[in-house]
Amino acid sequence: MPSDVGARRPHDGRRDGGATKHMATTTEPAVARSAKSGVQPLLVIRNVAKSFGKNPVLRDISLQIAEGEFLTILGESGSGKTTLLRIIAGFESANSGEILMEGERLDLLPPYRRRVNTVFQHYALFPHLSVEENVGYGLRVAKLPKDEIAARVSEALAMVKMTAFASSKPAKISGGQQQRIALARALVNRPRLLLLDEPLSALDANLRRQMQVELKSLQREVGISFVFVTHDQEEAMVMSDRIALLRMGELEQVASPREIYSRPATAYTAQFIGHTNLLRSEVRAGIARCNSLSWKVGLPDGPALFSLRPENIRLATSTGGSDMNVIRLRGKMQHQAFHGSTELLQIVCEDGLALSVRVAARENREGDLLLEFSPADAVPVRESSERGQPS
Amino acid sequence: MFSRAYRAAITLPPVLWVAVFLLVPYALLFCYSFWSVSPSQTIVHTWTLDNYRELFRVNVYLQTLFRSMWIAARVMIFSLLLGYPLAYYLSFYAGARKDLFYQLVIIPLWVSYLVRAYAWKTILGSDGVLNTLLQYVHLTKHPLEFLLYSPFAVVLTLTHIYTPFAFLPIYAALEHIPRNLVEASHDLGASPLQTFWRVIFPLSIPGVLAGATFAFVLSLGDFLAPLLLGGPSGIMISNIVVSLFGAAYNWPLGAAISLCMLLLVLALLLLSEKLEKKWSFR
Repeated sequence: MPSDVGARRPHDGRRDGGATKHMATTTEPAVARSAKSGVQPLLVIRNVAKSFGKNPVLRDISLQIAEGEFLTILGESGSGKTTLLRIIAGFESANSGEILMEGERLDLLPPYRRRVNTVFQHYALFPHLSVEENVGYGLRVAKLPKDEIAARVSEALAMVKMTAFASSKPAKISGGQQQRIALARALVNRPRLLLLDEPLSALDANLRRQMQVELKSLQREVGISFVFVTHDQEEAMVMSDRIALLRMGELEQVASPREIYSRPATAYTAQFIGHTNLLRSEVRAGIARCNSLSWKVGLPDGPALFSLRPENIRLATSTGGSDMNVIRLRGKMQHQAFHGSTELLQIVCEDGLALSVRVAARENREGDLLLEFSPADAVPVRESSERGQPS
Repeated sequence: MFSRAYRAAITLPPVLWVAVFLLVPYALLFCYSFWSVSPSQTIVHTWTLDNYRELFRVNVYLQTLFRSMWIAARVMIFSLLLGYPLAYYLSFYAGARKDLFYQLVIIPLWVSYLVRAYAWKTILGSDGVLNTLLQYVHLTKHPLEFLLYSPFAVVLTLTHIYTPFAFLPIYAALEHIPRNLVEASHDLGASPLQTFWRVIFPLSIPGVLAGATFAFVLSLGDFLAPLLLGGPSGIMISNIVVSLFGAAYNWPLGAAISLCMLLLVLALLLLSEKLEKKWSFR
């Protein structure tokens, strides 16, 4: 596989960071920046909408994918993530909007003319063809010379460590092996963009973790842009350069895993990615109040919602009161869930506030605990719109 | 666990059924084929191979058998040529009208075979619908004689009758092709035509083989269509068997021919099953 690593843009996780606070769901600022710097994104999705009958599945999706980027479309089932992928592949057509690849309309081409390949959820290997013939399928229909096909097929099989199975039929190999063949069959065509539709969901947990690492390093090696669809937020965090979180057919937030985790734009994002405490507060004169707690914020007056990650709450060492930098509070432990290296404590504070707290695992804890967190870790998030909010 | 008596009780009916309606008649047929008829028209129960010698000695039997196979082969080909595109369209493109079209293919099977065969008689006859129309529009001056009482009429009628039998297994095979394989093929750059020949058709071969076997075997043994529409030139092997068992009163020779046909059909079924296995991958 030739590598276009050189063409790859070092990825700046904070690229969309400036936008998150105000207009988290749009990528327009990024478009403007790319245009100015002269680097054209590989794929531009512009205002794509799709409905099946009266049922809207995607509404006004705008997104772009850079050369060599690993972008994950993350969402619950029914969020429209697979539909978006199928529109890029050409199996569905959008009702409105357009898709451009390197400046040219992609959405007007039939699937077999797009330089896009897909790894299907259930692999979709041709049962009547051997592993080798499956991998060479795209090259054969493109009528490449026989010796070139043979060379590229064996190269691709070596890449996924499946050379020994070249003449097996797909039914004779395991799920993990079929997965590798599906990947080789797509990559052998040297697509500009590889789409992966929950390719790891059928594998068991250990194999899945192993494949996540392999897939990511393979993507770095070949330098092809990946669009990866999953409902597994952990998988998205491990592999992606950027995550596009889709909710009820709309983009909730597009950002790097670190950004989306530490600076979630909305309550939905904060809850979907990882675990969080939502603090419903009232801001007055630069002070946010939530039950008996209060801390300084730079927000206008009115109701405000804050996300506070369980791991950002610590067990306090000193018994002093709250000050500008540390909020201290006392609570009763309700439940202790052991997670290996850490444990998750459910705590109800004196003022009735319920909190999840993640701390290093220890033997049984009992009774009252003194907790502290720093106000800087309470991230203001927007209320997610009513539509689609799971009740 | 079930008791032995219970197991015997539930096994008995099917065993009896197979014995009474299949094994005994075939055994009788087998015996008859080695017996002979005396000049006084009684069955002589002494073993002889004369019937089989007669079968290979008299040209008309083998000729008629070959003609029957040739007619059956044509019916098979035309049924596949009609049934495959129909099944392909229904399975891949009919969309919401799928069920309606499917019923339209099935409904003729509810109509009596005889009615459908006679219908062709009124269409193909010398003052039938087709000839009247052709003369009315001045395409022909005289009625076309080859339309009725000819192998043509037999092939046409049998094709009409057996196309649904070819259609059904092909349709079932096409319906079983996972649609994501078609998408995968397009995704890998194959045009619709390439996808058909490289993915859809190979995966439908078991259905094609089953359909071909149905059409061939069923028309090979047919005797009503040639009787009603075949005329002297459209006689098939079953007509000979019928007359041997009837007017000619030569049951032993009839049994010998029947047994040969049975072996031929069994060989075909075996072959088709082997091929189907070779072409199925699940």
